[in-house]
Amino acid sequence: MEKQKAHIDKNNTVIKIRGVEKSFADYDVLRGIDLDLYQGENLVVLGRSGTGKSVLIKLISGLLTTDEGTIEVLGNEVTTISERALEDLRIRIGFSFQNSALYDSMTVRKNLEFPLVRNRKGITRKEINTAVETVLDAVGLSQTINQMPAELSGGQRKRIGIARTLILNPEIMLYDEPTAGLDPITCIEINDLINEVQQRYHTSSIIITHDLTCAKMTGDRIAMLLDGQFQRVGTFDEVFATNDARVKPFYDYNFIQ
Amino acid sequence: MDSVNNTTSPVPSRVKKMRTKLAAFFLMLYRVYAFVMRFFKEVFLPPYEFKEVIRQCYETGVRSFTLITLTGFIVGVIFTKQSRPSLTDFGATSWLPSLVSIAIMKALAPLVTALIAAGKVGSSIGAELGSMRVTEQIDAMEVSGTKPFKFLVCTRVIATTITIPLLATYTAFIALLGGYLNVSQNEGTTYAVFMDQAFEPLTFVDFWASLIKAIVFGFTIGIVGCYQGYNSTKGTEGVGKAANGAVVTAMFLVFIEEVLIVQIAGWFR
Repeated sequence: MEKQKAHIDKNNTVIKIRGVEKSFADYDVLRGIDLDLYQGENLVVLGRSGTGKSVLIKLISGLLTTDEGTIEVLGNEVTTISERALEDLRIRIGFSFQNSALYDSMTVRKNLEFPLVRNRKGITRKEINTAVETVLDAVGLSQTINQMPAELSGGQRKRIGIARTLILNPEIMLYDEPTAGLDPITCIEINDLINEVQQRYHTSSIIITHDLTCAKMTGDRIAMLLDGQFQRVGTFDEVFATNDARVKPFYDYNFIQ
Repeated sequence: MDSVNNTTSPVPSRVKKMRTKLAAFFLMLYRVYAFVMRFFKEVFLPPYEFKEVIRQCYETGVRSFTLITLTGFIVGVIFTKQSRPSLTDFGATSWLPSLVSIAIMKALAPLVTALIAAGKVGSSIGAELGSMRVTEQIDAMEVSGTKPFKFLVCTRVIATTITIPLLATYTAFIALLGGYLNVSQNEGTTYAVFMDQAFEPLTFVDFWASLIKAIVFGFTIGIVGCYQGYNSTKGTEGVGKAANGAVVTAMFLVFIEEVLIVQIAGWFR
């Protein structure tokens, strides 16, 4: 499916990252990165494995703390925010994990209800059921409502993981390797779903991937993470219009092989 | 010069290694302390996960019922059977009910229950939370604005703290029943006489000490299992280590606590 034109508001920055550094033991993963995510935009962060792409979105959601620098999300400074305020902020951010991270001991219904029941005080059973059915319908998996995560395929798990984040109507979506480990057809379906979420829920998203098809299909803008910094930021064609020996093989491998 | 260098160089390296290990040990102690403090901080604050506590009580309590029944009964029968020859030598077989009840109520019931729970419940908590940690399910709870520590840790620790004393009481009853059946079969003692003799030497302090012991054991098994699982790392290998660590550490602590509580209870007699 062709990506529809997104309504991007460049005057409204929902995530502002400045000078962020992060190290693990002696290994400097992020070395002073700057990045902006605009309202309504799908920003793809590309890079090889181990370059700190997932670390970046864990820093944005407060799962990890920065060594240096600032991260402003929806006007809140994540690095200095109180625990309570961070909990409130997280409700406005959806995080789709690489391995879906569905709760194994709960059915699909319970997985979807879990964040809703805990974050919307006084919500009625009817409202919960409606919300669950709506998001399941949005990801096209209404028939799985009573299944356990172990009974789902990889693609279905990804979709349910996305549905679980959508149930809280997030303003920002963070996708960690959404197409990793999936067959090409399912990858395309997930890419379409990411675009559909952008259109239907008016979310601004950061998509972490090393899959160039995913980047091309979903990204309004691409940021290439190399050696702990964003070396190239722009549209897909702009980023790959280079002879940089670190960037070119990446493109060649994905599209020529 | 060379020979001097060869003999002296391993020493600083060994000292360095020991220093690193010692630092890691104290860091681990601090982490455990912080984990326990966090439990006491969060357990009294809302939201209260009553439904999950009840579910966990069912998981830890009811699901251990069969094993506890079987073990308690066997302990009662075997202990009575093994004690008889020694008492017979002194012509004191009539003391058997008293001996059995003292051993069961004061030591065996809480200890046997705790050791079984450490193996069954502790390992299961360690493995479950460890698996949730390595598959990012705990992170998923965190980023969806829920409180995983409260939902996963507090509920499980409350459940073990409630159910293990109940199971210990049940074990005591079943073990006494086993003892009675053996005594009744061999000495022809009636149920009323057996119970009368069994409870005669026991004091109020004995019951309280046993109950407190079981509560402490329950808390220990829950918190150790949760600590090991919640802080699990390194993928599937880490899950195995968490389950194993939960059992070994809990059993070790249970024995230390047994000694300490027996000592403290002795001061009140």
